[in-house]
Amino acid sequence: MRRALLVAAAIGLALGAAGCGERTSVTVYKQGKYQGKPDSLPWANDAFKGDKLAWEKAIRARNGGQNEYARSTPTAN
Amino acid sequence: MARMKFLADAERCIECNGCVTACKQEHEIPWGVNRRRVVTLNDGVPGEKSISVACMHCSDAPCMAVCPVDCFYQTSEGVVLHDKDLCIGCGYCFYACPFGAPQFPQDGAFGLRGKMDKCTFCAGGPEADHSQAEFRKYGRNRLAEGKLPACAEMCATKALLGGDADVISNIYRDRVLKRGKGSEVWGWGTAYGRPEKQQPAPQPGSKS
Repeated sequence: MRRALLVAAAIGLALGAAGCGERTSVTVYKQGKYQGKPDSLPWANDAFKGDKLAWEKAIRARNGGQNEYARSTPTAN
Repeated sequence: MARMKFLADAERCIECNGCVTACKQEHEIPWGVNRRRVVTLNDGVPGEKSISVACMHCSDAPCMAVCPVDCFYQTSEGVVLHDKDLCIGCGYCFYACPFGAPQFPQDGAFGLRGKMDKCTFCAGGPEADHSQAEFRKYGRNRLAEGKLPACAEMCATKALLGGDADVISNIYRDRVLKRGKGSEVWGWGTAYGRPEKQQPAPQPGSKS
């Protein structure tokens, strides 16, 4: 009888201690995958007809146009 | 491949809001939605600084990370776009964005929050290029016309630069070298503070 009580107390103690245990609660983010509709490439349209180089040339020209130091030519005064 | 970015030069911005107007007009943005806005620090104080802010098309975009329906995608040019048909208007992206870029149109008697709207770098969205649906949902697709964003191209002082990150960085670097100042108003040091000047180590035996 006494032995059974001891065993029950030991099991209860073990379960109680296990209940106090702390588990990590940090959420690990998993990269999601785009679920929407596919988009076309900017050069895959009527304007560029799939010519990527022509599109890049047009963008490069616009990019460079933002630099007014390159646009203006200094005069020798 | 180009990596599209914006760069705002606080030394040049005169707070004219031309970029905001250009964006509104180009995409016919409804009242209450501001894809781009001009933020002024120390407004009214001599030496105030302004910069134009919109979606910065982050390389590792937090809006993409938090979206519960995964409606964001990044194009091959690095432009962050989203599918409005999938967006549920939850607002998580607004809380995640450090620039306050996501906008939510409010409509109806109860001010219902609509689907998220933000700067598209004038690259449209996941609809057929130059279609009615694309314009209605995302605005004009200038990138597919071989043009850069309207805000940057309309900027009178060229304070707002937009385009390939390497090219606009070079333009800005060239500008800073020519005027001999300006690197301190934009960049890592301004955003995150500068390290304190190192004090010389006290010599042994000297008075402190």
